[in-house]
Amino acid sequence: MDRSTPDSHARTVAPLAETPRRAAILKRLRARPTVAGSACALVLLMAAILAAPLFAPQNPYDLANLNLLDGRLPPGSESMDGWVYLLGTDDQGRDMLSAILYGLRISLAVGLTAVALATAIGSVAGLVAAYAGGWIDTVLMRIVDFILGFPTILVALVLLAVMGRGVDKVILALVLVQWANYARIMRSRALQERRKEYIEAAANLGYPAWRIIAFHLLPNCMGPVLVFATIQIATAIALEATLSFLGVGVPVTEPSLGLLIATGFQYLLSGDYWISMFPGIALLLLILAINVVGDRLREALDPRRA
Amino acid sequence: MSEVILQVRGLRTAFHTEAGAWPAVDGVDLEVRRGEILGLVGESGSGKSVTGFSLLGLIDPPGEVVEGEILFKGQDLRRLDEEDMRRLRGNRIAMIFQDPLMTLNPVLRIGEQMMEAILTHEDVSRAQARERCRQALAMVGIPAPDKRLDSYPHEFSGGMRQRVAIAIAMLNRPDLIICDEPTTALDVTIQGQILYRMQEICRTHDTALIWITHDLGVVAELADRIAVMYAGRIVEAGPVDEVLDAPRHPYTRGLLDSMPANARPGARLRQIEGMTPSLSARPAGCAFRPRCPRAVERCAEQAPPVNLEGSRSFRCHVPIACENTAA
Amino acid sequence: MLLFTLRRLLQSLFVLLAVSVVVFFAVYAVGDPIELLVSPEATMEARQATIARLGLDQPVWRQYLAFLWRALQGDLGNSFVHGVPAIGLILQRLPATFELVLVAITLSCVVGIPLGLVAGLYRDRVLGRGIMAGSVLGFSLPNFWQGMMLILLFAVWLGWLPASGRGQTVDVLGVPLSILTADGWSHIVMPAINLALANIALVLRLTATGVAEAQTQEYVKFARAKGVRPGRIVRRHILRNILVPVVTVVGMEFGSLIAYSTITETVFAWPGMGKLLIDSVYQLDRPVVVAYVMLATFIFVVVNFVVDVLYAALDPRVQLVSPAH
Repeated sequence: MDRSTPDSHARTVAPLAETPRRAAILKRLRARPTVAGSACALVLLMAAILAAPLFAPQNPYDLANLNLLDGRLPPGSESMDGWVYLLGTDDQGRDMLSAILYGLRISLAVGLTAVALATAIGSVAGLVAAYAGGWIDTVLMRIVDFILGFPTILVALVLLAVMGRGVDKVILALVLVQWANYARIMRSRALQERRKEYIEAAANLGYPAWRIIAFHLLPNCMGPVLVFATIQIATAIALEATLSFLGVGVPVTEPSLGLLIATGFQYLLSGDYWISMFPGIALLLLILAINVVGDRLREALDPRRA
Repeated sequence: MSEVILQVRGLRTAFHTEAGAWPAVDGVDLEVRRGEILGLVGESGSGKSVTGFSLLGLIDPPGEVVEGEILFKGQDLRRLDEEDMRRLRGNRIAMIFQDPLMTLNPVLRIGEQMMEAILTHEDVSRAQARERCRQALAMVGIPAPDKRLDSYPHEFSGGMRQRVAIAIAMLNRPDLIICDEPTTALDVTIQGQILYRMQEICRTHDTALIWITHDLGVVAELADRIAVMYAGRIVEAGPVDEVLDAPRHPYTRGLLDSMPANARPGARLRQIEGMTPSLSARPAGCAFRPRCPRAVERCAEQAPPVNLEGSRSFRCHVPIACENTAA
Repeated sequence: MLLFTLRRLLQSLFVLLAVSVVVFFAVYAVGDPIELLVSPEATMEARQATIARLGLDQPVWRQYLAFLWRALQGDLGNSFVHGVPAIGLILQRLPATFELVLVAITLSCVVGIPLGLVAGLYRDRVLGRGIMAGSVLGFSLPNFWQGMMLILLFAVWLGWLPASGRGQTVDVLGVPLSILTADGWSHIVMPAINLALANIALVLRLTATGVAEAQTQEYVKFARAKGVRPGRIVRRHILRNILVPVVTVVGMEFGSLIAYSTITETVFAWPGMGKLLIDSVYQLDRPVVVAYVMLATFIFVVVNFVVDVLYAALDPRVQLVSPAH
């Protein structure tokens, strides 16, 4: 079988054995589109979660809905009003399913906000450090090294101990703890890009530094940062859950999944497992989904794999 | 004439990609006699290194030896199982790689990396193995061999590391050593020393060598026979003096003409037009045709078969006639 | 080598100093310093006395120096809740935490490295891929929830292990250790697994990628060309090369594990430093929080320093690079 082109002088030798086209296509389908597909699915899931109030059978934080007599009912029990508590109720009589949906919303919102802010701040810092060089670079990187030298959980814990509780404070703590990572990644990528000709050309054209950084350097360095940010959403969510569990996170009025689990802890030993177990499973699934997609994204975009 | 210890027939090694399996080595025949030095010459991309690795069964996926016979002392190496092959490697057939910095493990001492080559094949004591290693280092001209055994690879210079590689190859007195461009990464003076060393060792111990290189000059000095490779095939082979004095294949002629040593002072350096085709873009028929000044229609239609002429062979439809073509 | 060690030592000291500054200013500039050092229940006179004694009416930099001086002498204030020196309180709980962390680290290596080796060697087969997929689960599981589920399974439903607390201890050189008793082991098993799980996943992945990379190295091919047996190639060539970075990471994880032990100790009511920290945060016992931060930093810095020096000693190439810096 000769793959001849119209020009006979350009005939080349066919491979020894043609890989069947079907197999080649399937391979590709399995590789990239799955990553894109699962990323899309994740985004849709997140959107759905953020719109939770539309789906939940009950608003668990409207005190008018709650009936203390319905407290600590196991999954599948019937409520006074006749509908079924699919996942049971907590000690206050809240429908666990609704509580979980609302909790997912808060967990996700906190995670996304924290990562968005940390990415923004860290990226700017990294870009500036890489472009400016010199003492600015040294100082910024020393600060980054310093922050990254400590376990995030402790830093966040101490910060919140000083600042007190509240959703905004939690987000602030998460941002303070995470921005350094982005700075480091952005900087190392920017340092590589900075040497390339198009940056030199832009500088020669007389563009001011901020313009070069924003419109030329930034778009080409976004890749690794975005991949990292995706995985960090899961980290931020887990961190917030942990802090809330430890009692320094979000306030009781806007409970995230971590707080729900904490509430359920006291009932664990008496066997009322559902108050802790189901929020945990929801949290796990969310984190897992993000980690898996992030992992695949990282592998697919890894420049070392041809 | 001494016996033939290696006979390769129709060797084909392909690399599997999404688009198909491309043969880096496309039907290679080789013959090496005991104590003989064969120079395997070609540009990068000709498949010469792949040939070397194929002989020892060191082709990793996505590559694979798909066809051919590799007869070593009568035994077909392709039919051996992995354990039997392992027993041959480093023992009866050794290999020297191109870049000794990469091939020696940086966190292990030289002595250990040498002794393991002995201890994996023979049941001797560590002290005996160490003594043999010490002697091997002395044989390749490394001073203070005893101390050197306890050194790390990065403490040696490039030339010394390659001498160590030679020493390792010789440890078990193999019948054949495959050298994959061992002097390419070294400077010229060191290269000369290594060549001299190798030649001496081979003559003394009757070891056969396959010296893979792109440098015709080295081959001219060192080898008994030469095989010229292009795009996965051997295009010309024979005794080195005969081939280099009167090449039959236009590619060999081109290589010779382009050597700076052969140029007339003041005249422009001659070169072969064009570039070696990539693995997936080899022309049909004779692969050299697009660059060949002697090409005719037949060259595009049919790959030239092997022509035998005494102890020489070549693949060409329009070989250079047997006149006195001394440059 | 000596130069390298000295440099790292200076760096470590600098970090300690920097942390002391940050902690000091975080507390003194952000909060009311008087709240830090004077219990809310103290009388007016006691307050005035403390203010005078500790020089809280002095300029800030003088206060910092005084703080530093006291800290160097081991005086980081008294606990509001317990009334005893904060640092003493923490040191008392130190053995329990260290015990937990050391068992967790051992577990990480003993489980993580072999699994990672298998995952790396069989990377393209089902086994390797399965292990790697499982490892994602390892660091996705929220630490505290996983601990609770362990309690649910093994203590509540199966009744095999105690739900909380530390077991019987035996004094060794004045330090109480619980791993020397069977009761101690039954208590430490779950918390140790809980603490180690994310770390196992980390070590596993690190080992697996290290092995995968090592396999493609030229020296592995060369070893095969010498006829070296596959088992020895894995043991001496591959493992030796990846062990160094893995050990480094494990060492650095020591500090991280101490931090995460706060969670494990809370879930399992393990009487260590971490639990003390959480309780103190709740009770607004600030001297203890400050003392914890200083001590924890000290531990991290020391561990990082030791790890760096060890790395330089283990990898003969590292020191050659340093002078060229």
